[in-house]
Amino acid sequence: MSEVKSYLVGVFDDDDVLLNAIRSLREQGLKIVEAFTPFPIHGIDGALGLNRSRLPQVAFMFGATGLTCALTLQISTLGYDWPMNIGGKPHLAFPSFIPVSFELTVLFAALGMVGTFLLASGLGPGSQKTIFDPRSSDDKFILVFDPAKNDKFSLEEITSMLKSAGASEVNIKDIVEKH
Amino acid sequence: MNVTSSVREPLINGGKTWADITNDICRQVEGKPSKSWIIAFTISVLLLGVGVFCVMYTWFVGIGVWGLNKTVGWAWDITNFVWWVGIGHAGTLISAILLLFRQKWRTSINRAAEAMTIFAVLCAASFILLHMGRPWLGHWALPLGNTYGSLWVNFNSPLVWDVFAISTYLTVSVVFWYIGLIPDLATIRDRATNKISRLIYGIMSFGWNGSAKDWSRFEAVSLVLAGLSTPLVLSVHTIVSMDFATSVIPGWHTTIFPPYFVAGAIFSGFAMVLTLMLITRKVFKMEDYITLAHIESMNKVITLTGSIVGVAYITEFFIAWYSGVEYEGYAFINRATGPYWWSYWAMMTCNVISPQLFWFRSVRRSILATFVLSIIVNVGMWFERFVIIVTSLHRDYIPSSWAYFSPTWFDIGDYANSFGLFFTLFLLFSKFLPVINMAEVKAILKSSGDVQTGHGKTGSAVSDKESVTHHS
Repeated sequence: MSEVKSYLVGVFDDDDVLLNAIRSLREQGLKIVEAFTPFPIHGIDGALGLNRSRLPQVAFMFGATGLTCALTLQISTLGYDWPMNIGGKPHLAFPSFIPVSFELTVLFAALGMVGTFLLASGLGPGSQKTIFDPRSSDDKFILVFDPAKNDKFSLEEITSMLKSAGASEVNIKDIVEKH
Repeated sequence: MNVTSSVREPLINGGKTWADITNDICRQVEGKPSKSWIIAFTISVLLLGVGVFCVMYTWFVGIGVWGLNKTVGWAWDITNFVWWVGIGHAGTLISAILLLFRQKWRTSINRAAEAMTIFAVLCAASFILLHMGRPWLGHWALPLGNTYGSLWVNFNSPLVWDVFAISTYLTVSVVFWYIGLIPDLATIRDRATNKISRLIYGIMSFGWNGSAKDWSRFEAVSLVLAGLSTPLVLSVHTIVSMDFATSVIPGWHTTIFPPYFVAGAIFSGFAMVLTLMLITRKVFKMEDYITLAHIESMNKVITLTGSIVGVAYITEFFIAWYSGVEYEGYAFINRATGPYWWSYWAMMTCNVISPQLFWFRSVRRSILATFVLSIIVNVGMWFERFVIIVTSLHRDYIPSSWAYFSPTWFDIGDYANSFGLFFTLFLLFSKFLPVINMAEVKAILKSSGDVQTGHGKTGSAVSDKESVTHHS
């Protein structure tokens, strides 16, 4: 089933204006759906009240998995499955296990974290996330509002609040949402 | 707000706005290929064609077509392998280590440098497969229990470490590079005017829409990947050096190899980045983004790493004498005065003397001098690997087995193949993908653009407005 939903889209020309606008609009009680920007803006997470990404912890978990796999592989093959006498050295020569353990830790951490990132953000080949204004990948900064969630204010009120916060345009965008 | 000292040179010239950045960098992706691109691409593909013939011949007939003999069992194959891997290191250094150090000049060159890394590592990997002699058995280097019993690979061997190091390095580099490309691919998708390119760039951009939450995750991923890539890149050349250092060949059995190899790798890699970027900026008219400030910074890295390499050469020589080991001493006297004296002195001249010219500011900032020196450095670094490998092997412990290695046409052809592959891939990259990271350059525009920081002439109304908001 799909339905058409209207969003109010504020277009800003500058990242600092956008940051100040986010802060003041949220103080005034407006609920922002999402901001879209052409490049990462420092401080926008705090302004929007977003939680810090937990991806570094994910990377750590995958890294630990990689380390465990690498050590298991090396210890089980050279130590137990088929011990080889190499120059009379110990079968479990841990110093020479360091390089492979390190490489697999890095490999698992990197792939695991990137995979989690793509999954969490819904990114992938063929995926199409909603684009409210294509100029947001060029030089415009977009703030999106859901009028239904801001029923304390009328559309005109939100528009004038956006304009006074520095928006250069305010548009209404209809999005077909699939359920 | 991000404030940069006004003493710092601007990194983006020409009074650019964000929209200018998009237009300038998308131009060659969206337009028809230029004549110079077509000519360069044709030459590369022809070279690749000749190379593929040579490689196929080497595969079918065996590595006997090379100039190897009983004494010199490694020559151009491993020289080329180490040379290409080394070149790759600059890309990771620029994208990872300079990110951790918050060096803003990295943003204009990291995309192309990382692409160079990937292509260089592919070239290196081709030599690894080729030097096996029977490349179709390449999977024997992986820990697969084989059909003859549960005999595993020997994890005590640096050659096995190398398999893991190079494949991890290639994988992580590709992932890091591609993640960085996603937002820029989305920009190209959003600008696309025809259906096919919108479809292709749409698929390639993974549906990216630049939401603040995604950027926040993107930044976390970039930072962690940079943190992972930094020790990774150091480990890769360390392990490559251990292929030599853990053996008992005089001239190879040296504890300074890991740092010496890493410095040499960055040295040659920066030289290759400069060679490529000087051409790219000229052909694609990117002088405003890859400025003299960028070139000068890279030349400083070359001077530093070149000096480290020089100190390593001298240390090796000193220790060979100081150790009192006769074989070690002879290996080094033979390097400098034996039958391969010319390669030793080519290496010393190109790697130790020539980068010292960069102490002069006028040389550092001269495009012609930088271009010539960047090629000289790469010639020198190729000779370094040749010297280490061939001169250490060709006179071993028994004088009756001393031999001389001369390359055959297939040694040369297989090397040419890697150039064909490298330049074909690089040219495809430069035509179809944005060679400069648009999102990152836009992010530093306010703190490092010429007009925005008050360096350039305040020209257009847009720039005036931006500089006003910058100071507000």
